Parts: sequence; C-alpha cells; structure tokens
Amino acid sequence: MYTKDGENYFIVDAHIALWDARPENIKNLQGKQFIDCFYDYHANLSPESEKWSYEEYLYQGGERLMKDLFTDGYVDHAIFQPAHLGEFYNNGFGQTEEAFALTQANPDKLTYNHNFDPRNGEAGLDQLRADAERFGLKGVKLYTAEWHGDSRGWKLDDPMAYRYFELCRELGIKNIHIHKGPTIRPLDRDAFDVADVDHVATDFTDLNFVIEHVGLPRLEDFCWIATQEPNVHGGLAVAMPFIHTRPRYFAQIMGELMYWIGEDRIQFSSDYALWTPRWLIEQFVDFQIPDDMTEYAPLTTEAKKKVLGLNAAKMYDIEVPAELRLPDADEPETGPRQPEAADLATV
Amino acid sequence: MSLTPTMTATRHTHVEAVREALDAVFDPELDEPITDLGFVRSVTVDEAGSVEVHLRLPTSFCSPNFAYLMASDSKDVLTRLDWSRSVTVWLDDHHDSDIINHGLATDAGYKGTFRHEADNNLDELRHTFQVKAHTAAMERCLTALLRSNDDLAESALGDVVLGDLPEGPEKESLLRRRTTLRLGNHPSARVMVDEHGVGYEPDQVPMALRRARSTRISIDGNAHFCRGLLRTRYPDSREDQTRRVDGEEPADEQYAGYDATFIPLTTLTTHSGKEHSR
Repeated sequence: MYTKDGENYFIVDAHIALWDARPENIKNLQGKQFIDCFYDYHANLSPESEKWSYEEYLYQGGERLMKDLFTDGYVDHAIFQPAHLGEFYNNGFGQTEEAFALTQANPDKLTYNHNFDPRNGEAGLDQLRADAERFGLKGVKLYTAEWHGDSRGWKLDDPMAYRYFELCRELGIKNIHIHKGPTIRPLDRDAFDVADVDHVATDFTDLNFVIEHVGLPRLEDFCWIATQEPNVHGGLAVAMPFIHTRPRYFAQIMGELMYWIGEDRIQFSSDYALWTPRWLIEQFVDFQIPDDMTEYAPLTTEAKKKVLGLNAAKMYDIEVPAELRLPDADEPETGPRQPEAADLATV
Repeated sequence: MSLTPTMTATRHTHVEAVREALDAVFDPELDEPITDLGFVRSVTVDEAGSVEVHLRLPTSFCSPNFAYLMASDSKDVLTRLDWSRSVTVWLDDHHDSDIINHGLATDAGYKGTFRHEADNNLDELRHTFQVKAHTAAMERCLTALLRSNDDLAESALGDVVLGDLPEGPEKESLLRRRTTLRLGNHPSARVMVDEHGVGYEPDQVPMALRRARSTRISIDGNAHFCRGLLRTRYPDSREDQTRRVDGEEPADEQYAGYDATFIPLTTLTTHSGKEHSR
C-alpha cells in the first residue's frame, strides 16, 4: 500500500516478469538483440537514480524481485505475465519454474499467469489443460510476435487461436493479456495492427482482453476498438515510464484513455524488470494533466486509486481491505466517457 | 589511391547529393525523412560513382516491413542519381539485417526478399500511414485555428476550407499530405475530410476531431520515443537529428538541433480564458 497526503492506495502491479537473459541462456543473436532492446527502453526512460547496470538487468532472481516490488515498491499484489521466446532463449525468457515456486511461497502477494501458442496445435491444447490445473490459471499472457519455427507471428483471430480461447472459457481462464507485435504476420500490413482484438472481443464477450502497452505504438487504434468493446481493457506497461521524461505525452495517453475507455478499465504496471514500481507509483500519485491541456478533464484521486490497483484486483478477485474499495464510475459501457471534455471550444 | 583536389571536391558534392536524395525517403510510420531522424549512419562515394549507405534504426526489433521500405526506397532514389554507378544500401544491427541486405543486394524485390512471409506488396501498408499522416496534419491545422479564434465553434470546423487556414508550415504540411492522397488543394476545398475527400456533418465533427487528435498524439509520441531510443542506442546520432517541434517536451532541450527560438504550437496558441478551473 502507498500512502500520500492522507490517501491510501492499494497497489496491484499487473504485469511483471522474472526473466533470464544471461549469456548462458541466450540461444542466438536475436536473444541478445531482444534484451538489448529492453535495456535501451530502460536506459532511455528511467530517471538517472533508477537506472541499472546492464549486468544487473540480465537477471534479478526471486529475492531481488520480492524486494523491488514489495519491500521497496509499495506493491500489494503482482501478476506474472511471462513471455516464452523459446526461439531466442535456451530455457525460455520468462522463468516458469522459478516464478511459479515464488508464487506458491507467496500466494497472497503473487499470481502466476502462463502463456500458450496456438501454433502448437492439438498438443498445445492438452498442454494448456495441464498448465491450467497445475498453475491454477486465471489468466494468460499472449505475445503475437513470438517466433515459432518458420512462422514469426500469429493473429488472435486465427482459427486455431479460437480453439484455445474456447478452451480458456471452459477452464475458467478469463483474463487474456495481449502484447501486440511487432508481428511479422501478415508482413504486408501494419505490424502493430489491433483489428484482431476487435474480432475476439466480439466473439468472446465473457473473456477480458487486456491490451498491454495500451496498444502502443497504436494508441489511437486501441482506443477506438476499446471504446466499442466493454471487455477490452488497457494495461499501462511501457506507457507508465513516459511520466518522467515525457510527461506531456503521458498526460495525453491518460487523457485519451480516460476519454475513450474510462477509469474502470485501465491497469497500472511497472513491467518489472523493465522498470521498478516505486518511482512510477510515487510519480503517478503526484501527477496531474497540465493546465494548458484543456481538452482533458483532470485526473481524480478515485481514478488514480482504480488504475493503481482496484481495477486489476477486481479482475483477479484479489481481496482489497473494505475501506479502500470504490464503486464503479457511473459511465456508459461503450462510447466516449467524458463527452463534456470533448468540445475544445466550450472548456 | 590518391585523389586530385578536383576529384575530392566532386566526391564531397556527391555525398551531399546523396544526403539530399535521402531527404525524400520517409519513415512512413513517423512521417519524417530518414535524414532528419538520424537513420542515415554513413555515406561513402568513391571516384567511380559507387555509393554505399548504412542505415540504422532505434531497435533491432523495429518492424521489418518498415525497415525494408526505407532501405529499398533509399536504394531507389540513389540509383536514380545520374552520376551513380552502383548503389549498396546496408541495414545495420536489425534482426532481419541479413535477409534485407541480401534482398537489396540482389534486387530481389519485396516478395523475393521475404519469400513465404510476403503475400503481395506493401502498398496497403504505405497507404495506411499516408492516411494517418493526413489525419494528423488536418488535426494540427484545425486545432490551431480553433485555439486562435474564440468565435469559431467546434461543430463549425466541418465547413472550414483550405483558404481559411493561415499560411505556414502546418498548412504546407497538410497540403503535401493531401497531394499524396490526391485530394486536391483548391482554396474552396473542405479541410476536414477523410482519405476519400468525404466531409462530416456538424454532429459528427467533434468525434471526428477527437479521433484525429488521438492519431496525431500517437504519431508525435512514437516519433519522439523512436528518436530518443536511437540516441540511447547510438549516442552519436544526436548530431544528425533535426528538431521536431510537434510533440516536443522540455526534455528535448538537452539534445543538439534544439533551437529555443522556436516555440511549440501548444504554448503559443492556448487561450487562458479557455482553461479548466481546477
């Protein structure tokens, strides 16, 4: 929990990882390029005081993770969202056994989501059944730009993917976290195209689709789909750290999200270990839309509380102390949430 | 071999000509020339007219279709120079560098380069981003007009014509993007139109403007993030990047190319009387 100016915030970090990108786990050049890309994200967007060395960045281990999130980071509960990346890393990028063991040791603090890949066909469906039972899955993390043999990407509306979503429904895996691209299929079109989200959200209205990175770099396409589909949510992984170096851009991201999808469907995450939660939470609680951005309504304390934890807690049935709970906003299910702020000429 | 002073001077001019030619190659997604973005890593020209250009991108995982478009467009514009004999374009440090460089060297074309991953061509991809670039340019012009004119109602924006827009870089940029989409630039043409030139009814205007704004924010945000990542990855790229005013923030003052005499549009045109009370 984080407390500031007499307000208490229940914190759920909805997207974290326990990864291993040390040289002995790297399979090929792409594995090295992948972690280097992450490190450049980290180096580019972190405050100087929060920047890690490259060596620290390659692997953290469970003890460091617990300290960064729960001892130093104000987090009450965190959710693993592992990326497999079996083509780049010998033992995968996300460390399944280590993360699951940590979850079992700290069930009140951690939730383990796993992943699947529809290109594994029928065998993958059996594996998903086994994984759901072993891990007690409430959610999965899907990375559509995963490489797999000759294929370098898949789409959510591929026929085989539908079989997996049908199985998710049957197994009670309700929360589908999606990291879009840069997928290479279809190469002729935009690598970050989110149109397939629209199709699955319409066809599986009983599943929640959390689009990580709020669709970035296609914020506008994401907002347009999410405003029409009540079961589409936005995860703030990678969007959060803009709060430091590019606060005006961050304000616009938040302003657009609040306008198009509203305060009940946005989830905070540090994307640990890309960044650590402490400074992000502190800055977010202090954050406000700049005065000259008259096209957006100010962010309320209630909205911040929902984003920082209450929304994800609700989705995952995480127990929140009664005094910290808030009712849903009185907003329409679809369409713009703050139409009064839409008219520049009247604000 | 040693060069005579004349040959050196010619080569110098040729290097400049190469850079000028590359000004016409755009990152389709960020809607900016690759030269301004700092994507051109090096240019070498020898006395026989052989040109070698190295390109670099903000990450190894930038979309390969965009990477291919920029690299093959570069090769095309350089091959068209009347003095160039052979042109080699290298894409450095990308996950598909080998595939793309081989495709460029053998003039394999898009389908020949990506084989089973390529269906048809990249025209639709290019068009998608030409439409977005137009949408963003349109929003910049209309929001500026709205902010500078107290008497203008938002719902009336659908009737604004090109002749109503003040001259300046924003209008020029809109006209360029309209030309790309073949929308026509007559002063009586409506500003607020979709990619087919179709306008909006007054009750549709606020939502259309709002959507256009989210497109503009996305492009500006991506452009600055990509520029920043390039500087993190290749610190010397700082000197090559030219300033981008749209979406600029105080943090951008720290890199070369920033000129404090320019004032961002948002600071210039916001009316204090239109602010929220907080």
